[in-house]
Amino acid sequence: MSVDLEKLAEQEYKYGFVTDIEQEIAPAGLNEDVIRMISAKKNEPEWLLEWRLKAYKNWLTMKEPKWPNVHYSPIDYQAISYYAAPKKKQTLESLDDLDPEIKETYDKLGIPLDEQKMLAGVAVDAVFDSVSVITTFKEKLAEDGVIFCSISDAVQEHPELVKEYLGSVVPYNDNFFAALNTAVFTDGSFVYIPKGVRCPMELSTYFRINAENTGQFERTLIIAEEGSYVSYLEGCTAPARDENQLHAAVVELIAHKDATIKYSTIQNWYPGDSEGKGGIYNFVTKRGRCLGQSSHISWTQVETGSAITWKYPSCILEGDNSVGEFYSVALTNRYQQADTGTKMIHIGKNTSSTIITKGISAGHGQNTYRGLVQIGKDATGARNYSQCDSMLIGDKCGAHTFPYIEVKNSTAQMEHEASTSKIGEDQIFYCQQRGLSAEDAVSLIVNGFCKDVFKELPFEFAVEAEKLLSISLEGSVG
Amino acid sequence: MLEIKNLHVSVEDQEILKGLNLTVNAGEVHSIMGPNGSGKSTLALVLAGRESYKVTKGEIIFEGKDLLELSPEDRAREGIFLAFQYPVEIPGVANTYLLREALNSIRKYRGEEPLKHVEFGRLAKEKMKVMGISDNLLKRAVNEGFSGGEKKRNEIFQMQILQPKLAIMDETDSGLDIDALKIVANGVNALRSPERAFIVITHYQRILDYIVPDFVHVLVDGKIVKSGGKELALELEDKGYGWLEEEKIAANN
Repeated sequence: MSVDLEKLAEQEYKYGFVTDIEQEIAPAGLNEDVIRMISAKKNEPEWLLEWRLKAYKNWLTMKEPKWPNVHYSPIDYQAISYYAAPKKKQTLESLDDLDPEIKETYDKLGIPLDEQKMLAGVAVDAVFDSVSVITTFKEKLAEDGVIFCSISDAVQEHPELVKEYLGSVVPYNDNFFAALNTAVFTDGSFVYIPKGVRCPMELSTYFRINAENTGQFERTLIIAEEGSYVSYLEGCTAPARDENQLHAAVVELIAHKDATIKYSTIQNWYPGDSEGKGGIYNFVTKRGRCLGQSSHISWTQVETGSAITWKYPSCILEGDNSVGEFYSVALTNRYQQADTGTKMIHIGKNTSSTIITKGISAGHGQNTYRGLVQIGKDATGARNYSQCDSMLIGDKCGAHTFPYIEVKNSTAQMEHEASTSKIGEDQIFYCQQRGLSAEDAVSLIVNGFCKDVFKELPFEFAVEAEKLLSISLEGSVG
Repeated sequence: MLEIKNLHVSVEDQEILKGLNLTVNAGEVHSIMGPNGSGKSTLALVLAGRESYKVTKGEIIFEGKDLLELSPEDRAREGIFLAFQYPVEIPGVANTYLLREALNSIRKYRGEEPLKHVEFGRLAKEKMKVMGISDNLLKRAVNEGFSGGEKKRNEIFQMQILQPKLAIMDETDSGLDIDALKIVANGVNALRSPERAFIVITHYQRILDYIVPDFVHVLVDGKIVKSGGKELALELEDKGYGWLEEEKIAANN
């Protein structure tokens, strides 16, 4: 009958199944030949291969970052396979050509790929291990001039756009994991919204890791031309395995004058078992450039999965009056570790940024917020508001906050608020006295804590996020 | 309905209740009065199932069931409601949301269908009128930024929605001005029925002018030392608790 906050029970990860399918998997190991093989498979132009090789050579000289507040055994980069694709992949004319096993996988994940069955107004790019298997609603979007396809297709069909923008936000040598991604990235999504177009539907990419001992290295590129608007969402899951798997993605956003990009993530990679065995290493570089005047980039993330998360979706506010936002919920249960936050780089005049983060630690989870707000010397009238709240459930978990603020212009206005609270036994008891179970009470209280972030998500996904949070919290009270 | 026999309760190894006996039948209103620290709130929290209060001896039977075997939520679902002395704030959780979840979880326990949004809305509207609760208060986060009076009114409003069999009010009158007290008392009186019982815990006789009890018990040092009708409350108002404490000491010697 008692609410024992310390007792952690087994939590169910319901996406942990494996799809039994014939796959083409490259032998483990990384060298120039592997990169040439990936590039050849994708029939890439010479400049792209050169860029990959340049990144690879650079990567060889780089060191894995040790500054994040996370601990894991060294990764053997030669033990990972850098390419895995379902074998039957041919050019898909329609959904009927898609391998039924894969279709079923997405059905099981709650992402039906039938256009009739899908959530109205959401187009999906489904990425299965290293390749995009299908993109829905392509034709309908094309009527408005919106391009939504896999990045591999974009390289073939829109090489000029890819060449102009790829690497323009995250350079090939940006950091260790971004360099690795540049060398071996296999697929991802590409979005282009023409001038003045408000994208008529939500765009989303669903990433699924299936193959064993492979890494997933996807690359997403979103370009919003002047006065356009797009809302994009990504979701991720992986099978439950005892070995750790590496996921090192790069996402680049470009917002021109008066354009708005809203980018939401629901990250639910396999977090590892209750002993801390297995799980995904999620080492991701996400960055957006507010290039034009009054452009707007908004990141919203709900991070409940992965054994280790290392991720700082950032905004470079170059255009005058541009706006950057970062809303984050990060939950660490069991032995999960997260070091996540954002960078807001103010360059243009009257740029403003908002950071709202909610970190929840349960079990042995360790949750770190790390954020940088930088006001450049020309960023007259820049403003930032940061609010970082942490909640602890039980007494074996931890919350850490590392805010960095650099101001080189005296007109800047900065506000920073932070709080850490323990989930109140009084609150839980109050809810129980009204008839809720302790577990429902915790989920209710935590969802309330995260409300400021959830309200930034597209409606359907806000509901999804609340459910996900409740599932991830299962077992945090005994 | 409720039978408490020889109840001993300790908090952090300190014995607070020392052999309390009390019988409450359906339809009755019992008032528990007593000086600070006599164990009144402890009794309320033990009935509701607060874990840090350890029952070391005795038993509590509610509707034929051993109450001490039930979790706090199951006690609530069986029909025990506690109007808290200090209702907690739950940021970000709408008052109405908690209440609907609570009601539906109680209904589920009883094998009833959950109430739909519209039905719940209708029920809430009706009860809001009784308690003078605004739409705004219903939509705000649970107790967050509520005034003292609003918190207490909200407790009784919740009681009206959840329709308990046994309602325990822990110093609901404290901190209320006379107008708020009347609203709260009206809310409680509207719920009085032959199937329902109340335990009204208070320091002061004042609330009993509005919620007239059938029985008044005086709790001193963890035991009920005197029981009587509503006139006992007036006597206490007049004479204080001192004489009862002396009587008890005399009895013990």
